[in-house]
Amino acid sequence: MHKLIKTTCPYCGVGCGIEAEVNQQSGLLIQGDKQHPANFGRLCSKGAALADTVELTGRLMQPKILGKDCEWDEALDKVAETLSGIIEEFGPEAVAFYGSGQLLTEDYYVANKLMKGFIGGGNMDTNSRLCMSSTVAGHKRAFGSDTVPGCYEDFEHAELIVLIGSNAAWCHPVIFQRIRAAKTANPALKIVVIDPRKTNSCDIADLHLAIAPGTDAHLFNGLLQYLQQQDAIAKDYIASFTEGFSDALAAASQSSATISQLAEQCRLTEQDLALFFAWFAESEKVMSLFSQGINQSSSGTDKVNAIINCHLATGKIGQPGMGPFSLTGQPNAMGGREVGGLANQLAAHMDFSNSADIERVARFWGSTRIAQKPGYAAVELFDAVYDGKVKAIWIMGTNPVVSLPNADIVKQALERCDFVVVSDCIAQTDTSAFAHVLLPAQGWSEKDGTVTNSERRISRQRALLNAAGMAKPDWWIISQIAQRMGFAKAFAYQSVADIFREHAALSGFENDLEHGVRDFDISGLANISQTDYDKLQPIQWPVNQDYPDGRKRLFDKPTFFTASGKAQFIAITPRTPVNLPDQAYPLTLNTGRIRDQWHTMTRTALAAKLNQHKPEPFVEIHPEDASRLGLLPESLARIQSRWGSMLARVHITESQQIGSLFIPMHWTSQLAAHGRVGALVNPVVDPISKQPEAKQTPVSISAYSPLWYGFVLTRAELAFDDIDYWVKVKGENCYRYELAGETLPEHWPIWAKEKLDDASCPKLEWQEYEDATQGIYRAASFQEQQLQSILLVSRQYVLPERGWLSRLFAKPTIDKFERISLLSGEPPIGSAEVGAIVCACFNVDDKSIKTAIKEKCLKTYQEVGACLKAGTNCGSCIPEIKALLSITSVSERSVI
Amino acid sequence: MKQRLVVIGNGMAGMRTIEELLLSAPDKYEITVFGAEPYGNYNRIMLSAVLCGEKTIEDIVINDRKWYREHGITLHAGPDKAVVRIERGQCKVYAQDGTTAEYDRLLIATGSRPVVPDIQGNDLDGVISFRDIVDVNTMLAYSQSHRKAVVLGGGLLGLEAANGLLLRGMEVRVIHNNEVLLNRQIDKQAGEMLQAELVKRGLKFKMAAKTEALLGDQAQHIRAVSFDDGSEVDCDLFVFAVGVQPNISLAKQAGLYCERGIVVNDTLQSYDPCIYAVGECIQHRGQTFGLVAPLFEQAKVCANHLSAHGVAEYKTLPTATKLKVTGINLFSIGDFLGDQQSEVIRFTDPAMGNYKKLLLKDNKLQGAVLYGDTQDGHWYQELLENKQNISGIRNSLIFGRAFTRSLG
Repeated sequence: MHKLIKTTCPYCGVGCGIEAEVNQQSGLLIQGDKQHPANFGRLCSKGAALADTVELTGRLMQPKILGKDCEWDEALDKVAETLSGIIEEFGPEAVAFYGSGQLLTEDYYVANKLMKGFIGGGNMDTNSRLCMSSTVAGHKRAFGSDTVPGCYEDFEHAELIVLIGSNAAWCHPVIFQRIRAAKTANPALKIVVIDPRKTNSCDIADLHLAIAPGTDAHLFNGLLQYLQQQDAIAKDYIASFTEGFSDALAAASQSSATISQLAEQCRLTEQDLALFFAWFAESEKVMSLFSQGINQSSSGTDKVNAIINCHLATGKIGQPGMGPFSLTGQPNAMGGREVGGLANQLAAHMDFSNSADIERVARFWGSTRIAQKPGYAAVELFDAVYDGKVKAIWIMGTNPVVSLPNADIVKQALERCDFVVVSDCIAQTDTSAFAHVLLPAQGWSEKDGTVTNSERRISRQRALLNAAGMAKPDWWIISQIAQRMGFAKAFAYQSVADIFREHAALSGFENDLEHGVRDFDISGLANISQTDYDKLQPIQWPVNQDYPDGRKRLFDKPTFFTASGKAQFIAITPRTPVNLPDQAYPLTLNTGRIRDQWHTMTRTALAAKLNQHKPEPFVEIHPEDASRLGLLPESLARIQSRWGSMLARVHITESQQIGSLFIPMHWTSQLAAHGRVGALVNPVVDPISKQPEAKQTPVSISAYSPLWYGFVLTRAELAFDDIDYWVKVKGENCYRYELAGETLPEHWPIWAKEKLDDASCPKLEWQEYEDATQGIYRAASFQEQQLQSILLVSRQYVLPERGWLSRLFAKPTIDKFERISLLSGEPPIGSAEVGAIVCACFNVDDKSIKTAIKEKCLKTYQEVGACLKAGTNCGSCIPEIKALLSITSVSERSVI
Repeated sequence: MKQRLVVIGNGMAGMRTIEELLLSAPDKYEITVFGAEPYGNYNRIMLSAVLCGEKTIEDIVINDRKWYREHGITLHAGPDKAVVRIERGQCKVYAQDGTTAEYDRLLIATGSRPVVPDIQGNDLDGVISFRDIVDVNTMLAYSQSHRKAVVLGGGLLGLEAANGLLLRGMEVRVIHNNEVLLNRQIDKQAGEMLQAELVKRGLKFKMAAKTEALLGDQAQHIRAVSFDDGSEVDCDLFVFAVGVQPNISLAKQAGLYCERGIVVNDTLQSYDPCIYAVGECIQHRGQTFGLVAPLFEQAKVCANHLSAHGVAEYKTLPTATKLKVTGINLFSIGDFLGDQQSEVIRFTDPAMGNYKKLLLKDNKLQGAVLYGDTQDGHWYQELLENKQNISGIRNSLIFGRAFTRSLG
């Protein structure tokens, strides 16, 4: 039996369509959906490896209360009763939901409705706070709505694409490939990358502006001023469709008086600045693609507006090939924004700032207890948990102990919290460790619903496989609890389509000229049948009477969703990051994604091929900083901030600026000891968006010098929790553990056997190599000629390559030659075939002898002996040498 | 007129010297060779292969009588041709049967004789040593007619004899005075692996044993061995393999200066300038010899001087040990036990029967023991002989030459 099902990738905000072949014999086969407008069949490494991540190992399969398995009813009752009790005693503000851009729109909708509509508190926030909230706030300030004006197709129309704070090559690879293709098709297309790091995205850049960290607003203020000075502004557009230009311009002139001053502020050359400015001014079709480098900042909202200002001033918005364009990080960050998943939002792009909106949503939901004011945003929320103001928190599909700034405080907050509920598809995460109740949620490939990508495109995620164990859809779990809390009528959903219809209806509810027009309107889908929902094709909102098939671009007609209908310039006074480097913490820490991992690696780290590129937490540092601080390539370093510390492998690269470090955001306590960069990140947020400043934290770095380094490759999963430094990497046929320790075991052979012994292999054979003077110990174990484990330990951090050794685990049996070689860590040079040994004294084989006889025309055994030493000691092989001489000369004659 | 060269001893050291001499100065001497065994020249170290049945006597002959004829060498071979006296004053040697030969140069290559410990019963019938073709033939005959053999000595020769007798169908027990087999060549761990392998093949052992007496039957034939712990082991054939001592009686009788062996200088010349000596009978810089490799080197140096080239110097180099038991690979060289300053690199894989130990001192190889995978033995020998600084290749050293990129 096999069937083809179309679904959507669960990783970044590109929202690639997938065509999955579900075959009961061979499992899942994942391919890009050639029809999907987001990717036209292309997938990145992560998407392509999805089939490797749907395994049941590590899945949460059954509800648990205080670590004990229980039935759904018990768990649901427990959560409902406890939440109700806390609400009764302490009020609705004492409970909170913390959601995720991984939730489907329908799940999100139900969670938001329960918290804001029926519990009546504002404390529903989401991890989208960490990635999108500055864009949301910037959009709203400029457009009166959280609207992404353009679409992916615009890349093909653009004359200039500016990537700002975005390493799209790694973080949005399918978009990046699309831009690369556009540039190939149209060599006149110019690409500018604005990023303190020389990332892989610079590969296609005509110009890379390696700006000083945090100076983006200076740069775009400077651009605005330049455009005005060069008379490159769209005066009519400004006059007719915008407000606030002169204030914005005045503020821009304040921030940097001249281009040379700006160059100094941004640490760029005047020439580079002038070139970028000129290109922006000259090109009619300019796209500014921005991502976390802009958003994750204490002035992220201002930076977003500084960019939008330049597009409004030139009218480069709303038409094909132009406009500001936010690249979202998560598959459904946009969907979460649409339902109102952020604590300052209410629902369907309505929020608390407008009492009519509150009243309207209450009426729609039939609620008498709707929340009246915003709740705590992510960082504040966990502070409130820490302070005991929030007494119960339900975390859905996210891992804040890893991803939030000052993450060790998040850990302590959850430790103190009276009641922690975690619904997740993974059993063991850094966050689930603190759960009082664990609820098994369906994961990608099981759940069903919709997501919205960066270009406002709603696509279906469809179930491919049966649910794991007792796992349920998030919407079901939330509705069940809502029903048990006494809101049965409002949460009587029978299907995910029921929820979608209600969500669509709300988006169109009183969304008209009389009540005020809102950008998010999918009322055209409010009556969608189950069958049509099942078949729903990717579609860009709005979907309504005017645009029944969706809409590529908004602001093509320049009316905006502000009170005046005009777009707003925002006067920007650039601010530096809140915490600047000082003597104690002299470097700036930047964080971000790597190519082959996703978020906290709960899924991508299951796919061996995704773990090869960057297997270990690492810190990138400029060679000058490294040599000044005595850090060597591939050694270990401790990185420390005022908030926490971590260990990482040193990668020295000129792509890093002097004075800056980069560390990936992905590693958790499940995969590494001291690998969570979140522990270091300063808990500073943007005052408007409340988005944390994850890209600039002052830190120090120093060499970490344990007494020993090592690695283990093992067929069986093992634990090294008591080792000072460990990183777990799942490989194709083995697990790899990178290790380092501050104390030496008394006796390595005993340690090795304790750590690596495998109960399932009763007849393990051990091979060992020791050079005690050098602190070298190596061991391998075998079960019936199959390699089970390898341990290599040294005083030096440079150890043999893991590649060849890892590949040996693919073999059902290890041959004698490999067995002799493997503890050397490498195959012998040339791995020349060795024939049968003829002269045992000097270890000369028949092949070498035959070769020498031919090549050097040897005639007698004495000549053979003189040449190869064969037969010159005990002489017992001389008859064989003579025999070889006669065979070889005969065959030579026959050749002649 | 050609000078006269007389050689006493038709063994490996003497004849290798002649072979070398024939290469460098074929016409310099009129050569006369005396040998106590009635054959041409044969490869004594292959006797264990003959005992095992892997080779025949014909196979191990190096130079037959025809070779002597072809090279104009006079060969006096056989027990009655054993030289009994050297008259240095007359430059003349006398054989048992009265044959004489005068020399301008004399080469003594009388080899060694097996040590026969002074224990009660060492003269019983069925008590032999393992030195020459006669001994091999005795053992072969016993293997046809008797069942139980005891070999005294768990050294190289003892184990080879025991293995041969085992392969010839006898029930063989090796008596060794140490806890470790080949304790003069290998360490405890390799010794244990070797012993386990030999036990698997059917050999029996009595280790750390002190033999008290050999007990005979009424016909004065050995019947049992008794030990100081009071135990006895039945025995039809008893083989002494507890080492050799330089055969120097003739030299002593001729008044040549001897200590444990005939003392020679770096040109292999004895205290009598006309007389040279090579092989197991000599003592060079305090050392005597029992393995074949240094003998060949001595032959080369000695031939160089006999042919009056006069440029070579003999230096004693560490000698590698191999056990000639088919299927067992064992290699040992240098100081394999080490001292306080020695650094040890060890590789073990007991299930595969592999063990390697290297000893280092001052970044130089000091000794090596290999059991199982002995491929790189000779390479280690080179590194040791050349006193190569190995610090650059230390990490791949034990894995062998194939893993070592350069000696940088």
